[in-house]
Amino acid sequence: MKVRTGSDFGFRVGTGAFAALVLAIVAAIALVLFPESFLSIREFGLRFWITDMWDPVAGQFGARPFIWGTIYSSILALLIAAPISLGIATYLSELCPAWLRQPLIFLTELLAAIPSIVYGLWGLFVLVPLVRRLETAMPENLRQTALFSGPPIGLGMLAAGLILAVMVTPFISSLAREVLKAVPRTQREGAYALGATQWEAIRVALAYGRTGIIGAIMLGFGRALGETMAVTMVIGNNPTVSWSLFAPQYTMAAVIANEFTEATDDLHLHALIEIGLVLFIITLVVNGLSRMLIWSINRRTISKSKANAEPATVGEAA
Amino acid sequence: MKRFSSIFSTAVIAGAVAAACGGGGGGPVRPPSEAAAPGTVQINGAGATFPYPIYSKWFSEYNKLHPNVQINYQSIGSGGGIRQLLERTVFFGASDQPMTDEMLAKAPGPILHLPTVLGAVVPVYNLAAMNTQIKFTGPLLADIFLGKITRWNDQAIAKLNPGVSLPAESITVAHRSDGSGTTFVFADYLSKVSPEWKQKVGANSSLNWPVGVGGKGNEGVAGLVTQTPGSIGYVELVYALQSKMTYGAVQNQDGEFIVPDVTSVTAAAAGALPTMPKDFRVSITNSPGRGAYPISSFTWLLLYENPEDKTHARIMSEFITWALKEGQAMAATLGYAPLPEQLVPLELEQLNRIKVQ
Repeated sequence: MKVRTGSDFGFRVGTGAFAALVLAIVAAIALVLFPESFLSIREFGLRFWITDMWDPVAGQFGARPFIWGTIYSSILALLIAAPISLGIATYLSELCPAWLRQPLIFLTELLAAIPSIVYGLWGLFVLVPLVRRLETAMPENLRQTALFSGPPIGLGMLAAGLILAVMVTPFISSLAREVLKAVPRTQREGAYALGATQWEAIRVALAYGRTGIIGAIMLGFGRALGETMAVTMVIGNNPTVSWSLFAPQYTMAAVIANEFTEATDDLHLHALIEIGLVLFIITLVVNGLSRMLIWSINRRTISKSKANAEPATVGEAA
Repeated sequence: MKRFSSIFSTAVIAGAVAAACGGGGGGPVRPPSEAAAPGTVQINGAGATFPYPIYSKWFSEYNKLHPNVQINYQSIGSGGGIRQLLERTVFFGASDQPMTDEMLAKAPGPILHLPTVLGAVVPVYNLAAMNTQIKFTGPLLADIFLGKITRWNDQAIAKLNPGVSLPAESITVAHRSDGSGTTFVFADYLSKVSPEWKQKVGANSSLNWPVGVGGKGNEGVAGLVTQTPGSIGYVELVYALQSKMTYGAVQNQDGEFIVPDVTSVTAAAAGALPTMPKDFRVSITNSPGRGAYPISSFTWLLLYENPEDKTHARIMSEFITWALKEGQAMAATLGYAPLPEQLVPLELEQLNRIKVQ
């Protein structure tokens, strides 16, 4: 080992400071959110999380419909976007002819650069009428079910989930493509050497990169949780808790964006900031859970590969 | 494997920060103009978005007349304008609703309310194959927005509109989802004409709506209404005129059905003159008087009576004097209703209270 020189030390401290900055920013956000939402925390306590009422006139505030709407719309978006993104990533990194690859990569990344408000307007004027047509075409007996009840307005959970899916797809697919690119050649070659078909070799590559792929999906989830403008324009902004895909609902980011500028009453303002705090906490929890998911997958993989290395214990591991 | 987890950590942190910061926002903030000539006086104000087009027209016209005066206005919303005024980060504020006694008590000094122009809120709807203007009464609008009247061919609507064949369609209510002076004016009117509305919903810039879907901004509500058959919503008169939407007539206190336009909105302010309080903090919805459109409202400039900067105070009162006289002629071309002539001397009297020395 070489003796550490002065410039090495400086570099270490410098980059370390940048890394610490991230922690400082996260801490600063939490530190600002708490005192700024103090009135609402004192007034409603933990009830804030489970109350449905949001009435700025009467000064009654509860976050449950917004929490519900945020998580529902984000999960819906991922259910749509994750398979599509993985398809895009796999095609681009494994199957796509070379002349088509760059243009396709350029186009998916272009999608990520479109401003949110443009997605919102497109959603309102193109997507929502399409969703409305789907809603009116839906057979009456299906319309009676909890998943499809409500008037056929077009605005609502389904429109929000679809627009979010379009918005997070480029993120998930680009990251997943990077992950697949990083899978060592030897993995695929090994698979082919064992007589695998192309599909089987791709499955090997996907399995090898699964933690990275889950990471990509979680980044998409984080974006979907915080997405504001486009969702506000198509979700219908009605604070209700409903399973219905056709019902207008509301998200946390949307209510902040909608009401913050005109909130004159202190309690109203503090309740809005507490919504921001709740969003912050939920994001932390979601990311923590995904970290644990990855950790448990890694552990399983390691114990499995250890088991594979020792033929005598294969039976036990399975 | 290490590489993937580092991609992942970046993703996690980026996601956390993006999600946590994604919400808030206080609207666009324009930097003070860079190219200020020496001797130029810059005055900053912030507030309501509704009067932004006429204010920016006035400020630029006034700047042509007085090249050394530059007034900057950030349209960040009435709430934000009031907050910034209270914190004295801007010289003047602007609001679509008067400040409450409670808010005034928090201010570091007495604040003047000066009406500048008038606006109105109009009911817009989408009924297929029908260009007839529908007539509404206040209580009828309240019942529709309360969700009590749910079909277009309801007796209550049919009775007011004889000879109009109303469809058996259900009514979809569209409202503003963003906090807005437009919502305040509309709800303030409904509170005056419907005790049930007053008790269940009330008046504010954001409401706990009994029914309906929320669209963001006038364009959001207009988009909803134009796309959804059988829907009804409300937008600013200026917006309805510009986007050529069909809007309804509303019955006023005298029993006339008034189609909103700049004349009938000015008439509403004139009708409210006899009972006008000295500080102009008054709602003129449901105002009496012939030809008065009932869902009308002032928009106000807010100024401290005794500002710290006396030069700014003098220039600002000169500007307001100009806006109340010459400036009024520009209002109608932009779709705003000018103030009734009898109001201007009363305001100039109030304006004298600003201490310029």
